[in-house]
Amino acid sequence: MQATIKIPSPLRRFSDNQPQLSVQATTVGEALEQLCNHYPELRLQLLDEKGEMRNFVNIYLNREDIRSHQGLATSLSETSELRIVPAIAGGSGIELCLKRSP
Amino acid sequence: MKTNVGQIELPPLSAEEMGRYSRHIMLPELGKSGQQKLKQARMLLVGAGGLGSPLCLYLAAAGVGTLGVIDPDTVEDSNLQRQILFGISDIGASKSERAVLRMRDLNPHLDITPYRETLSAENALSIIRDYDLVIDGTDNFPTRYLVNDACVMLGKPNIYGSIFRFEGQATLFNYEDGPCYRCLYPQPPPPGLVPSCAEGGVLGVLPALIGSIQATEAIKVVTGIGSTLKGRLLLYDALQMQFDEVSIRRDSHCCVCGDHPTQTQLVNYQQFCGIPASMEPLPFGEITPQELQQRMEGDKPPLLLDVREPFEVEICRIPGALHLPMQQVSAHLEEWDRKQEVVVHCKSGARSAKVCALLLEQGFHRPLNLKGGILAWIDSVDPSLHRY
Repeated sequence: MQATIKIPSPLRRFSDNQPQLSVQATTVGEALEQLCNHYPELRLQLLDEKGEMRNFVNIYLNREDIRSHQGLATSLSETSELRIVPAIAGGSGIELCLKRSP
Repeated sequence: MKTNVGQIELPPLSAEEMGRYSRHIMLPELGKSGQQKLKQARMLLVGAGGLGSPLCLYLAAAGVGTLGVIDPDTVEDSNLQRQILFGISDIGASKSERAVLRMRDLNPHLDITPYRETLSAENALSIIRDYDLVIDGTDNFPTRYLVNDACVMLGKPNIYGSIFRFEGQATLFNYEDGPCYRCLYPQPPPPGLVPSCAEGGVLGVLPALIGSIQATEAIKVVTGIGSTLKGRLLLYDALQMQFDEVSIRRDSHCCVCGDHPTQTQLVNYQQFCGIPASMEPLPFGEITPQELQQRMEGDKPPLLLDVREPFEVEICRIPGALHLPMQQVSAHLEEWDRKQEVVVHCKSGARSAKVCALLLEQGFHRPLNLKGGILAWIDSVDPSLHRY
């Protein structure tokens, strides 16, 4: 199956500024594996040491959270669009966060 | 929250108010009763920055009867790139107080309260309790989780907007059995994965768009018109100029809003987000700007390492400093004598602390962090340099 993975602008510095990648895969996990092989720096952002999805990055398959299906084992169809949506909090970075958080 | 307040007597509108809000009132969906509902509404705006600027202006202009604006910060020159509430004459003044002055100038019919303080686990419930809904315009994860948890505990809708670089997100949390922020993101990213200053940044016009979407949702919630963003996360990519949305659902296992919540009180959100408490002793030493100045003028000046990004060095620099952006430091470690005293500085001390920890780990004997960074140096040693 061919799937298109949309990469959001906050993560594009890890994908040579490319907004999307098309891969051949049968599951979400396979698709992400190919994405991370293509752009190795993305792996740290998306998956933990055990290869599980991180809690602060969500993956949507055709607009539905894959956690409401079978997670990384969710099967892909012919017209799969995967979207990565990371948690974002503001553009000021860690120094402001350290200075001001409650 | 029930939006159908038709049973309750709505506040009257004066002739002056009817005239001012005529463009609202002539909208059949809103009408006079919609405007009265706005007058009756009480909204708390958390943050008077990039998102807060359009929120403060549009909600005051729209005639929201009671508004609270909470922000502990003062206006800085670098805010003016996106925080259109303020001008040059506001630099150094309290954001919440100046925001409220501007809003009162825009609309004298409103009851507006500034809170010049940080929203915290100690004050959040007592402040939020007095409002019908909360609009989250903050810029950090600890406050976002705090706002979320407090809203869930008090049953207040939380209108969420977030921005980063060219990306915006908006939705409506904790509204009519919909999801909360923790249903979307159960945990925050650890600080190591949160971008540093240099990797951050935000397109100045981006918060105008996301803040306006939040204001639109706030108006719809209190007037009960249209379809809200409940259960939908709106995504905006300014670079590609694309809007998209994904479905979000309440998680019945959510620790705050789930069927059997395990967290029923506010917690230490700094700790929850993995940010070390400032009281913890540092493993490396610190040096004040005055001490550094004396050492630089002495017989054996230390190696002074400036780990900021090139654009920051163009704005201001300490004479004699070796410039090397933080990400490049590890590649140069072998060039230096590990017994040599090394002073590291950045803008305000956070990045340089990371580098000091790295140097210590790599066997450097005496890494020292310049306390308060170049901003403290400007304040106490060389005020001729440009602050940013």
